[in-house]
Amino acid sequence: MKTPVQTKLQQAIAAGRFALTLEIGPPQSPNPEPLRKKAEIIKGLADGYNVTDNQTAVVRMSSIAASKIILEMGLEPVMQMVCRDRNRIAMQSDLLGASALGLKNVLALSGDHQKASAAGKLKGHPGAKNVYDIDSIQLIATIKGLRDEAKQEGGDAIAEPAPFFIGAAWTPLGTPRNFRVLRLAKKIAAGADFIQTQAVYDVPAFAAQVAKARDMGLTDKAAILAGIIVPRSAGMLSYMDRQVPGVEVPAELIARMKQAKDAKAEGIKVTVELIQAVRAIPGVKGVHLQAIEAEELLPEIVKAAGLSPQDR
Amino acid sequence: MIVAEWKPIPELLASLKGHKNVLLVGCATCVAECAAGGEREVLTLAPVLKMGLKDQGQEVNIITRTLERQCEPEFVEELAEIAPQVDAIMSLACGIGMQLVAERFIDLPLYPGVNTTSLAIREQPGLWTARCAACGDCMLGETFGLCPVARCAKSLMNGPCGGTRKDGKCEVDENTECIWRLIVERAEAKGRLEDLVKVRPSKNWSNSGHGGPKRMLREDLR
Repeated sequence: MKTPVQTKLQQAIAAGRFALTLEIGPPQSPNPEPLRKKAEIIKGLADGYNVTDNQTAVVRMSSIAASKIILEMGLEPVMQMVCRDRNRIAMQSDLLGASALGLKNVLALSGDHQKASAAGKLKGHPGAKNVYDIDSIQLIATIKGLRDEAKQEGGDAIAEPAPFFIGAAWTPLGTPRNFRVLRLAKKIAAGADFIQTQAVYDVPAFAAQVAKARDMGLTDKAAILAGIIVPRSAGMLSYMDRQVPGVEVPAELIARMKQAKDAKAEGIKVTVELIQAVRAIPGVKGVHLQAIEAEELLPEIVKAAGLSPQDR
Repeated sequence: MIVAEWKPIPELLASLKGHKNVLLVGCATCVAECAAGGEREVLTLAPVLKMGLKDQGQEVNIITRTLERQCEPEFVEELAEIAPQVDAIMSLACGIGMQLVAERFIDLPLYPGVNTTSLAIREQPGLWTARCAACGDCMLGETFGLCPVARCAKSLMNGPCGGTRKDGKCEVDENTECIWRLIVERAEAKGRLEDLVKVRPSKNWSNSGHGGPKRMLREDLR
């Protein structure tokens, strides 16, 4: 049994439109205004808006609350849920609550380890106890159970199914690379309907991994949205290449950003080219576009890339 | 083996404040193997504590003993003779041994001298790394003899997260292998990568501490 789900993102994918998702990080604040401000800038551009769940293990407004706030503004959230902080009881309870609030897209993630926060500028909570009762793939299966069998992970019934459009992340260029397509296969077998990938800069390497997924029939079973992070400087690209696992940045791209007179303008140009390049890969059904702490660039980029709602 | 490490010396000195006769007791088994609480460490630590307390104006007499196994009542009984002469015990055994000593000598304060950290092996001289988490639901048969519960920072059951570094190390620690990378390599070497494609369902944690304190009962042995 498959419970029907209708979300804007799911409909865009089902209709064969090139899907676009953007991202909003909730504030380290009880005040919803900064969130509303960010949402206002990018409202109307995308099919879905990822709302992160305490990313980098830094405490922020909860993903559920922030998702509901932007939903009320007319943006359709993709509620992220990580396995670091909650056990299967809390996660299922939150999923039922999220469903009751009208949240329908959910992205299941392992989550950044709590030590990750200590690597940045903030103190975070490196002494916290993590949970990892279930992993991201088991979470996907759990959400699918709530949706398609109206059944909790433990086997008890819920009164009616919870209609979620289930997302998962994919790091196509991660180590060990030859397992990454198999891990994608596991996520799809567990129940993922759509996939958002780690940032893509090396298009040929990404295309090769997508081709393997296509050969396994995976691109017909789930919609792959290529992750694109707007580059803002050569330094940022070289940092990501060195420090962010699974991100490969070609040296010529770093050199190009370095030589650019106007790094911001060049970054936008690069982003538009990347979007066009991944769009041409058979099996890629959309992009997940991020401009970290530079949301004001997104309307221009979306327009220049031909991703405005009227163009898709 | 059960691995432990010394608590910081200032913490040890603070715990012994006000005591005059202290029994410092080690264990010749696991904590000796990991160089935290064997006879050698007992004999090293005793003068350090004595001098440290003296610097703070406190004279203390430290009696040292090292038991064959602090987790066996028969060996702990060897302390019965000396116990009346002391007003506190500091143990360098794992948490199991410490509790047995605390239970046997209920009137004496028992201070931990070490922190018990893991079930580990001595991987190289001077390097111990975790191998087991005592999860109560062993999956080593599915993971080519490498434990992701103890050795993955997130105890993932279905393959590596996105945080494996380019060199195959874990994002949490540049010196720790991503265990899933090693599992995948072992599977490949055996031509059995496909074995890792099956989705492993949520784990039953109830046979470990998550099901309440473990109590293993064997009627046939009672």
